Amino acid sequence: MKTVQSDNRIFSAVVMGVSAGGLHALISILSKLPEEYSLPLIIVQHRGKDHKDLLEDVLQTKCRLKIKQADEKEKIEAGYVYTAPSNYHLLIEQDKTFSLTSDIYVKHSRPSIDLLFTTAAEVYKELLVGIILTGASSDGAEGILEIKRSGGFTLAQDPQTAEYAYMPQASINTGAIDLIGTLEEITSYLISIHERRQRNNFDH
Amino acid sequence: MDFSSAPNTFQYSQEELRSFLDAIKFMYGYDFTDYAEASVKRRIMNFMNVHKIPSLQDLSRILLKDETVFETFIQELSVTVTEMFRDPTFYKSLRENVMVRLATYPIIKIWIAGCATGEEVYSIAILLKEEGLLERSIIYATDINQKSIQIAKEGLYGVDNMKAYTANYNNAGGKHSLSEYYISKYNSVMFDKSLKQNIVFSPHNLTVDKSFNEFQLIVCRNVLIYFNQQLQNKVINLFHDSLCSFGFLALGSKESLLFTDKKSSFEDVDRKERIFMKIK
Repeated sequence: MKTVQSDNRIFSAVVMGVSAGGLHALISILSKLPEEYSLPLIIVQHRGKDHKDLLEDVLQTKCRLKIKQADEKEKIEAGYVYTAPSNYHLLIEQDKTFSLTSDIYVKHSRPSIDLLFTTAAEVYKELLVGIILTGASSDGAEGILEIKRSGGFTLAQDPQTAEYAYMPQASINTGAIDLIGTLEEITSYLISIHERRQRNNFDH
Repeated sequence: MDFSSAPNTFQYSQEELRSFLDAIKFMYGYDFTDYAEASVKRRIMNFMNVHKIPSLQDLSRILLKDETVFETFIQELSVTVTEMFRDPTFYKSLRENVMVRLATYPIIKIWIAGCATGEEVYSIAILLKEEGLLERSIIYATDINQKSIQIAKEGLYGVDNMKAYTANYNNAGGKHSLSEYYISKYNSVMFDKSLKQNIVFSPHNLTVDKSFNEFQLIVCRNVLIYFNQQLQNKVINLFHDSLCSFGFLALGSKESLLFTDKKSSFEDVDRKERIFMKIK
């Protein structure tokens, strides 16, 4: 795994962007996270307009964490995996609540990974982790850049191991990815920042 | 690589944004102070990027001096997009659960608040026509955005979207073929004049304007999501005041009455599709 020196930051939230090939990748990661996972995970998975709750239903059968479609004005809490509803953009407000909008498509997508990442970066700044997984779109690359500019930490799935290489590659091409890894390595990273956070809570 | 500076984005604080919006409200009466901030901020930043305005102070100065730029700015800040028969299951429910009861009124008054560019207005007009109610209906279609109202009034849409709209229409339980309601010309389609007969298009600003009639049905979809809770509450109260007893309120699929003080004044008609009836 190509890696930068990991620091001892206690992160506050994780955002993930995923498109084609996403269901398998999400199950692979989320199914291995413990129920008491201490950071909220917020996900944009590009999806069709039909079968509005199918993604959540499938993920929930495989995960111990609670999977929940984000509601507008909802307070973001640890212990949840939030997903962007189909046909809405998902944004994060300064008070750490969600906003939904029905604005025009960004890079042919609604929900847009770029929009979630950019607004999350403005709120969580250096305490945000951004992850780009498999996909056949360039959505997310600009968001990754914004997370990096705000001091956050960025990961991309290794394009060679991704079902669709285009999206992680587009993010890597920005030069703003800190860590490139397989789904297993990304999972280990997510567990490590959770454990660090728990140790920190224990110490204080 | 140094990522600390962003060449094309302009950052400003929450306080700066708020005092900027206060100034707009004071000078022009357009009140965006109770809008959800993340999206207002993005729209302002997009405007600044496109017009190459380096700071919020500069934007302030330009807007207060130049009313035409201000008009463009307001249009861009308040524009919303929609589609025909968005959420087909909603329209199906409206047809099955609401139209039957509307049929008992001699004159049916409907307010479509935040009608954007009108796709939803024509969708509802088609529904009313198929249920034999259009003749005795009056639809008031309003939006804060004058440019959108103009587009809605013309009823002229790009042909590219019609395939998706047709699928939506069919899934919504359409009784005919959507193409019966429009004529195609070059790359546009024009909706039939008969649909427009009983539609009144007019500007209305939900944040500051009052109720203007009493309605049997109010449709306001994907508008409240742009407002903070306080403004959502105010607007729901406005709708409550504007509905007759047992009148219907239809919201967007992710909107609710949960955070408003009128939630016990409404009963679910279709919980999933967010259709409510005023009970007191």
